Amino acid sequence: MDAQIIAELVEIVGADNVLTAPTDMITHSYDATQKCYMPDVVVYAEKTDEVARVVRLANRLKISVLPRGAGSGFSGGSLPVQGGIVLVLTRMTKILDIDSDNLTAEVEPGVITAELQRQVEKLGLFYPPDPASKEFSTLGGNVAECAGGPRCVKYGVTKDYVLGLEVVTPTGDIIHTGGKTLKNVVGYDLTKLFVGSEGTLGIVTKIILKLLPKPAAKKTMLVQFETIEGAAKSVAAIIGAKIIPATLEFMDGATIDCIRPTSPIPLPEACQAILIIEVDGDAAMLDPQIARIQDIIKSFGILSVRIAASHEESEEIWQVRRNVSPSLRRVNPDKFNEDIVVPRSKVPDMIRTLEKISTDYGVPIVNFGHAGDGNIHVNIMVDLRHHGMAEKVERVLDEVFQAVIALRGSISGEHGIGTAKAKYLGMELDATTISYMQRIKDAFDPNHILNPGKIFSYNSNHLPVKTGNN
Amino acid sequence: MNKNKNLQDFAGVIGECVKCGVCQAHCPTYQLSRREGAVARGKIALAAALLEGGTSLEERLQEDINMCLMCGSCVSKCPNKVPTHEIVGAIRRQITDNEGLSLIGKGVSTLLGSKALMNGLIKGGALLSPMLLKKVPESSGLRLRFPAPGMQDRTVPKIAFRNLFDRLPEFIEGRPDKPVVGFFAGCSITYAYPEIGEHMVSILNRLGFSVYLPKAQRCCGIPALSSGNGKLVTELAEKNVAAFKGRDVQHILTACGSCNGGIGEHYRTMKANFESFTAKVIDFSVFLRDTGLFEDLAGMEKWPERTRVTYHDPCHLKIQGITREPRLLLKALPNVEFVEMADASVCCGLGGTFSVQHYQASKAIGAKKAHGLQESGASMIATACPGCIMQLQDIINHAGMQVKAVHLLELLAAALSPRRS
Repeated sequence: MDAQIIAELVEIVGADNVLTAPTDMITHSYDATQKCYMPDVVVYAEKTDEVARVVRLANRLKISVLPRGAGSGFSGGSLPVQGGIVLVLTRMTKILDIDSDNLTAEVEPGVITAELQRQVEKLGLFYPPDPASKEFSTLGGNVAECAGGPRCVKYGVTKDYVLGLEVVTPTGDIIHTGGKTLKNVVGYDLTKLFVGSEGTLGIVTKIILKLLPKPAAKKTMLVQFETIEGAAKSVAAIIGAKIIPATLEFMDGATIDCIRPTSPIPLPEACQAILIIEVDGDAAMLDPQIARIQDIIKSFGILSVRIAASHEESEEIWQVRRNVSPSLRRVNPDKFNEDIVVPRSKVPDMIRTLEKISTDYGVPIVNFGHAGDGNIHVNIMVDLRHHGMAEKVERVLDEVFQAVIALRGSISGEHGIGTAKAKYLGMELDATTISYMQRIKDAFDPNHILNPGKIFSYNSNHLPVKTGNN
Repeated sequence: MNKNKNLQDFAGVIGECVKCGVCQAHCPTYQLSRREGAVARGKIALAAALLEGGTSLEERLQEDINMCLMCGSCVSKCPNKVPTHEIVGAIRRQITDNEGLSLIGKGVSTLLGSKALMNGLIKGGALLSPMLLKKVPESSGLRLRFPAPGMQDRTVPKIAFRNLFDRLPEFIEGRPDKPVVGFFAGCSITYAYPEIGEHMVSILNRLGFSVYLPKAQRCCGIPALSSGNGKLVTELAEKNVAAFKGRDVQHILTACGSCNGGIGEHYRTMKANFESFTAKVIDFSVFLRDTGLFEDLAGMEKWPERTRVTYHDPCHLKIQGITREPRLLLKALPNVEFVEMADASVCCGLGGTFSVQHYQASKAIGAKKAHGLQESGASMIATACPGCIMQLQDIINHAGMQVKAVHLLELLAAALSPRRS
């Protein structure tokens, strides 16, 4: 990159925060999709004003800017696909305020999700969104992708907790959306527009979040089923009985085959599906609620029910779930990890369709995820060294997404579009709708400098590549 | 000659990194700097690039590769268990092969490669004055354990005038019906904390074991490993393996987590026939549990005034899964009231030669332990590694706390000694 530009960047953030060596390009070239694109320069910003000045410089010179948090996204949101400035926000780590009277928190974008959760829980408060990456993902990244997680079935996703934002726009202006109150109808709701915009409309530099009182207690149960249908019907029956558990996770037979060897809880061969159900609230209401759930699901082919009596036993149950991602490698080395979502009553239909696609193509598909909100992690496990496999996967993915759309679902529940799913955007959204989205992008970012090549790009051959973790 | 694995040997496991980012939550240096070059994922990307010829051993790469404690915290949490600490070691050796030893590496080599120098210098431990330090290179390995410029406020142990080998014979006979066990003491116990070594031997003797303490044993090689000196690691490993051939020992005990990581964990990865040696290496806490000592201790009458003690996991034990035994020992001790502390398994920040190269970072990483320690209300923090003891006491002193860092064996020895009235 031009020495004059480097000098200007150094002027803004200091020499320590402008990285130009080949080493630094390599260490900022990837995210959890394992795709790799080299930036031209890496800049670490620590203040809103620095972000704004960097963006103004980039906009003036028409250089791409890629906001980056933990780089743990699954859709390529932070990849510098066209080079440019990778602008890292991980050092903006201040929790500016936790307000127990108004149940809000104000944070910088580099705060780790679980760190905020630990801090607010010390005060008896609760920030529910819990993506699997919560121990290392940043809240800025959670806002950009509108992260979800297991607890969303009861508590909703990131967008349900963002009250207000400070945003640096693609032209380098600093704007403020929403505020500190639950109610606010002044002007357009730009807050919701930015949440989930994948760093294409602005760079979030402050976040005001809604908090809840921390539930007094929780209780976890693990139910083993003879068939996936039994588990799916149980999910529908629990929701149908007007019970919303805090989490309602499922694993299918293929998943159980992967975790059986390392499971802390014995999983017999006959077990073809698992539900992990957690309820929370006042301690006194949990046992009756668990009993009621057991009663509702008892006729659906249950092999065993394990109810955790202690925190340790609850952790043992969750360990079964955590073992899933690392164990998938037992099936095949390459994983195509999709996060489709269907209306929850359609989960059984979707599972049947996935089984059929798996059989038709002779490709293992391992399914698990958030049954309570219809969000299924579909893992197509293959060995790309086999001739023609990449093309086959492409056909499988097409069929999967078509089935999702037919059930009025969505091709991504929580990972985002980025580069990984851009080619499928048109399957879900009609051309007019996409065009309106693009006009919003044009209005905010006339020079298309902010995170270019994401969401709306159809040109590259992005078959997702090798991944091994969720 | 060099029997360590090289980077090429790790090509397979490097390919198993899926770039998920989990290591960010567990890497002490990343948490300090929040820069991708500090974290395991970044280092593995660099290792892959080196293998593919996509980059060179440029200065910035060396800086990133140096910014690693080799604590293995990332490895235990990695979904695919990619051994970043070993990969970093291999890159450091490659840097040394290409460019020669760093100044610090040379110091380590000068000191640890020469038993006479080590003995001579340490014997004059009480005389470790600036004048004496002038006689060794500016970056001598001495400064692994003793203040270097910029480390004036470092807490250091007093150096014993008589080291462990001066104090004990090579063979200490036990009961005839009990086997002989070897004791690998390591530099810190030998020269800085010989009383810990004496406790070890007397406890083993009390249990009936004969103890073999070969004087030909040398440094385990961890500082050399940390500074990229593969040749010296090989030399030390060969000498240590030979040293224990003098007697038929059932086990080779360590009372230092780092030494266990060196003569056990690392030697196992070497391209040499060390299996008959490494198979015998065992941490003292695991060995003592197997003797049934913990049950006997638990059966003893509890002292009326017990000391509130918490525990710090040394990285080299943690990464081998040795976390339960030390706690079981503390829970069994009649003189101890054991309390867990937050972040017990977080690295103390010493990291072989890391604290010499990056004392400020080392101090900042260590300082994070103070909070959990304070909250635990413990008046002592026990651990199983002399390096950690030194670093922990430094952390405690900087935080202005009234807590003493001790070795588990000191508490055990107190429990077994005649009760004070």
